[in-house]
Amino acid sequence: MADTLLELAGITKTYPGVVALDNVSLRVMRGEVLGLVGENGAGKSTLMKILGGVTEPTAGVIRIDGREHRALTVSGATRAGIAFVHQELNLFENLDVASNVFIGREKLAFGPLMLVDNATLRARVAPLLTRLGADFAPDTPVETLSIAQRQMVEIAKALSVDARVIIMDEPTSSLTLSETERLLQIVADLKASGVAVIYITHRLGEIMTCADRVVVLRDGRMVGELGREALSHAAMIRLMIGRDLKSLYVPPREAPRAGGCTLTGVVTTAFPDRRIDLSVRHGEILGLAGLVGSGRTSLARTVFGIDRLIGGEIRLDDEVIAIHSPRDAIRQGIYLVPEDRKRAGLVLEMPIRENITLADLLHHARLLLIDRRSEARVARAQSATLSIKAPNIETQAVTLSGGNQQKVVLAKWLSMQPRVVIFDEPTRGIDVGAKTEIYTLMRGLADRGVAILMISSDMEEVIGVSDRIAVMHEGRISGLLEREQFTEYNVLRLAIGQALEPTESAA
Amino acid sequence: MRKELGLFLLLIVVSAITAAINPLFLSGVNLLDMANLIGMFGVFSIGEGFTIITGGIDLSIGSMFALLGVVFVDLLTEYQVAWPLALLAIIAGGLVLGALQAFLITRLKMQPFIVTLCGLLIYRGAARYYTTDSSRGFGYGDEADTLRTLAAGHVYGVPNTFIFLVVLAVVMGVLLHRSVYGRYLYAVGKNEEAARFSGIRSNLVIAGAYVLSGGLAAISTVLLVFYTNSVSPSSFGNFYELYAIAAAVLGGCSLRGGEGSILGIVLGTALLQVLQNLVNILGIPSSLNFAVMGTVILLGVLTDQQLQARRKLAAATAGSARAAAAPALAQRGQQT
Repeated sequence: MADTLLELAGITKTYPGVVALDNVSLRVMRGEVLGLVGENGAGKSTLMKILGGVTEPTAGVIRIDGREHRALTVSGATRAGIAFVHQELNLFENLDVASNVFIGREKLAFGPLMLVDNATLRARVAPLLTRLGADFAPDTPVETLSIAQRQMVEIAKALSVDARVIIMDEPTSSLTLSETERLLQIVADLKASGVAVIYITHRLGEIMTCADRVVVLRDGRMVGELGREALSHAAMIRLMIGRDLKSLYVPPREAPRAGGCTLTGVVTTAFPDRRIDLSVRHGEILGLAGLVGSGRTSLARTVFGIDRLIGGEIRLDDEVIAIHSPRDAIRQGIYLVPEDRKRAGLVLEMPIRENITLADLLHHARLLLIDRRSEARVARAQSATLSIKAPNIETQAVTLSGGNQQKVVLAKWLSMQPRVVIFDEPTRGIDVGAKTEIYTLMRGLADRGVAILMISSDMEEVIGVSDRIAVMHEGRISGLLEREQFTEYNVLRLAIGQALEPTESAA
Repeated sequence: MRKELGLFLLLIVVSAITAAINPLFLSGVNLLDMANLIGMFGVFSIGEGFTIITGGIDLSIGSMFALLGVVFVDLLTEYQVAWPLALLAIIAGGLVLGALQAFLITRLKMQPFIVTLCGLLIYRGAARYYTTDSSRGFGYGDEADTLRTLAAGHVYGVPNTFIFLVVLAVVMGVLLHRSVYGRYLYAVGKNEEAARFSGIRSNLVIAGAYVLSGGLAAISTVLLVFYTNSVSPSSFGNFYELYAIAAAVLGGCSLRGGEGSILGIVLGTALLQVLQNLVNILGIPSSLNFAVMGTVILLGVLTDQQLQARRKLAAATAGSARAAAAPALAQRGQQT
């Protein structure tokens, strides 16, 4: 084991009353990709905080190049060559790429004037960008870059400090399929050049592609380690949740009913020259797949009344409805579970109770004064039905985990009379256990006759959850797939704008 | 409530120290004088508080006092308008100015600071131009005696302005803390996008706050006019918007929006008036007036922030501990 870069031995971290990490040991070799999986709260982030020098372990040692440390400091971690590529990118949008890479370590010129030597910075960043195959220059302002490109800037930043271990935390959660592939290629290249990567994700497919070894955490303990040859979805899921997951997905109990929401010739502001025809029947889950930027979210925003409907009409049960604002949509029973739940789904500082009743407050009011008891009754009932894990309904939404926050958003709509619910990336950043619960809830809604439109970039999810799949490409529906046509290949072909292969569409 | 309690204690401590140094502080005349000022300043500070809770600000109220003030005096003296009509006209004027600003902010998407700063400049200029910079005052006639009694009188010695503030505070307290509008106001102040996604017409909610602020400024105008008896267009109400902002901020309103309470704003107003009084009664040079006020606000907000940061830290550690514990609970649930 001469090639061990980093070793954690018996790491334990306790917070008052809770053991966040319990005797975790792991080793990172030079030039390997170590997958780290586990449900939210399994201890992944605590472990990463310890590696980054942000928190001290209660017990255990960290060995770097054979030297023992009881704890790391932030600067110590950086010196040891540990770098992070964060889930939420920490870049200065108003500065250019080179400034971001060297932020805090600027090369200064002109002696006492201490001006930043931009030319040198750019010259030093250029080779890093070439190495990553980036298609932008060092003097590009970060605000003009896509999320994938920004991620490359983060990786370049890691390389600029000669990182030997790069920790990537959910790096692909906002990337498109092709961008994800590119990132996985970069990970492979890093590995080839001897850099070790710790890859944290909920997307097990990516782990299958890139990891040499996978460590699974559950409840703060290391519950298993899988080598390349033992790697499979089922094995990982079994370790993560401690039981066999027969199926993450719940099959429909009833056939879709007549009626539903029909869009005819709908034109959105995002693609003013495209018309969209689509219909979702009561009782079905229609998956809406496509690449990021293909117009799925703007379609959802238009139907929900956030963006203006430029042309075409929206029918609900054969009746044309006018939607000029979310209020109109809500009045018709059309609800949206938005993509960015922290920004658009919740008022984070408000308690669970107030979040749940926010859209239906007039129902909890007499003479415009709020009846808190009525609110509490509904909030408690919803918390119980959706099994929201929180001390009580007065808990601020900000303290909840992603899965529980999403359930609060759902509770808001379920407490009303849904007829059509649009889910935009319903399980992004949510752990496996909570995912199943969300799927079960969605299926339950559909079985009750609600029409469900689910936008998702997660291929497994789209194929597993949907009853039919519509695929969007550059602002139009490029195809519809029935259950027997569900394959990743078919979805992808439509997503990149190609027609289905004749044999397959005949099937 | 913790914030309000802290502010209340501060108010008591400051008052006690002042009273200990100069017992005149507690004399009836002094207390009633202060109550009168608290009443007048409290009314428009509450309006200011509403705009701050939306995440905005209203800088125009001091100048509104001047413009509405000269018009009000002129209506009563020059044009001999019956006082109920003049009163209604002034309140309507305040509401219209507020609505105008609200329109610019919500419909034309201008920043509240800029809109109301321009309001501050324009209303003051209009007042000075209209009067050619000369003061307006009541003559020796008996203009609007009934209104004067209402605005500047007292019941059992308690100034009507103070009684009015108490009633207003209760009404506004119910509006802010118990009504649907109040909940919407906090939601929009904290996260306008999420509010919109919940079907709340955030533009209307925000506009309401500016209209309300204009209306309360108009009522304050009437109270202030009868207090000073004359209106000098270049100085009447100067800086009063800053008193209002200071009171709101001392009372727990965050300039980022979504925070604050009526009780806090009223207590903040009271503290500011006590400080002014303290400067007079302790013989501190009145030139230091603003400096004392500034220092207390600075220290008050600083202390509050430090306490809040500490509380947040405690909550965060508790939160992450909970997060770590939650899956364990779920696990147990699944096994049973």
